[in-house]
Amino acid sequence: MVERRHLLDVDDLDREGIERILDMARSFAEVQRRPIKKVPSLRGKTVANLFYEPSTRTRLSFELAAKRLSADVLNFTASASSVQKGESLKDTALTLEAMGVDAVVVRHPVAGTPWLLRKWINATILNAGDGMHAHPTQALLDLFTMRERMGNLEGKTIAFVGDILHSRVARSGMKACRFMGMEVLAVAPPTLLPPVAMEGVEFTCDFDAALPRCDVIYMLRMQKERQQEGRVPSIEEYVRFYQIDAGRMGRARPGAMVMHPGPMNRGVEISSEVADAPYAVMTAQVASGVAVRMAALFTLLGGAEGGDGIA
Amino acid sequence: MAFRERTRVMDADDIRRAVQRVAHEIVERNKGASNLVLVGIRTRGVPLSLRLAKAISSIEGTEVPVGKLDITLYRDDLHTVSTPVVRETHLPGDIEGKNLVIVDDVLYTGRSVRAAMDALMDFGRPASIQLAVLVDRGHRELPIRADYVGKNLPTSRDERVKVALTEVDGEEGVYIGEEVG
Repeated sequence: MVERRHLLDVDDLDREGIERILDMARSFAEVQRRPIKKVPSLRGKTVANLFYEPSTRTRLSFELAAKRLSADVLNFTASASSVQKGESLKDTALTLEAMGVDAVVVRHPVAGTPWLLRKWINATILNAGDGMHAHPTQALLDLFTMRERMGNLEGKTIAFVGDILHSRVARSGMKACRFMGMEVLAVAPPTLLPPVAMEGVEFTCDFDAALPRCDVIYMLRMQKERQQEGRVPSIEEYVRFYQIDAGRMGRARPGAMVMHPGPMNRGVEISSEVADAPYAVMTAQVASGVAVRMAALFTLLGGAEGGDGIA
Repeated sequence: MAFRERTRVMDADDIRRAVQRVAHEIVERNKGASNLVLVGIRTRGVPLSLRLAKAISSIEGTEVPVGKLDITLYRDDLHTVSTPVVRETHLPGDIEGKNLVIVDDVLYTGRSVRAAMDALMDFGRPASIQLAVLVDRGHRELPIRADYVGKNLPTSRDERVKVALTEVDGEEGVYIGEEVG
């Protein structure tokens, strides 16, 4: 059996591997500006998008990335498939393998699903989000967006703000930022912070005190269900202490930028004024997504099989 | 695998003269330089294209736009490369209707040039594409020939040709040798 390469979490990469993908993403961003935005590099390869959770951005962006590399794309969404008839994940995966797919991009509500797939089938696996666990391509596209604006990230400070506990974006993002030598803060009410410390990450509940240190303010989506779970007394109170608004922006470092993985709750974690401000880079994040995922797919599938590609 | 040189076939003066002559030939063939764009294939085609542009502008008194092209995404041997790396491609404006000259250091199988032409076609429809190389070492695997050649260099397939340019290698010279190790 051929040894495949995978991208399950940012740990599959070291700093050098991350930088190689980000450098290549610049070239793929240039491809997006050509009259013909398609290159023949993955001609003859097949990429399956296996999505067990709703997603707009990530699925569309993986699909476009694969298509622009000339791969064939199969889109599988759990709601419109044999899953409705009770087919198990394993049988679905084996079906895809029998059809000869080269890579499976998987999103699943259960943490660890991509690792199971890697055991079951002989295809390259890319994690597009598993439960509350990891979302490595989001972390990479966020690094790319930051690096394009700030240059070297070494020594810069980023605060992840909001529902850290339930956020795979924060979990992969904080690790990736540490790899790049950034200072990382996790800002949230105690009920939304993970119960155990994360290496190199400073936990705090005081957003206002953290703001003057921040080059990047990374807002996480606040789900209204968290109130029913009793994690926050009320959304109004959460807004008062943890929303990024124009007043709080005034206390951040000059030139600081605001990021959000989407979809945003305007008026909850982010005010509309901030969401539409020039220092908020959400559309740049989405644009980076296609280039970074092209770089990831190309790195995993583009070279010789069994090569030393990713790490 | 390391390169062991056996013979130096061009020195700095030879390279300079070859670039000068090719610049004259390009101007002559295209009746001037007004509609020309030079495109260097990475890595060593890029400094060569800049040298040619400088030579042409001193002959004709007009600036010639220069671009650089990374052909990795268009290679036909990608499946044999363990860690392909894609670098920057930059073309100076629209190539629609232009006379393009692809510039490379060594012409061998012709496969790089095929990839370069495919890449360029994705940027627009040039009026023509020509090919300038410093060294033509023969052994074509595709029906491709150079319009401008600095030096024809008969070689055997087991030999290697190495072009060294100051901008990339810190020295000048063309060498024949073999892979060792």
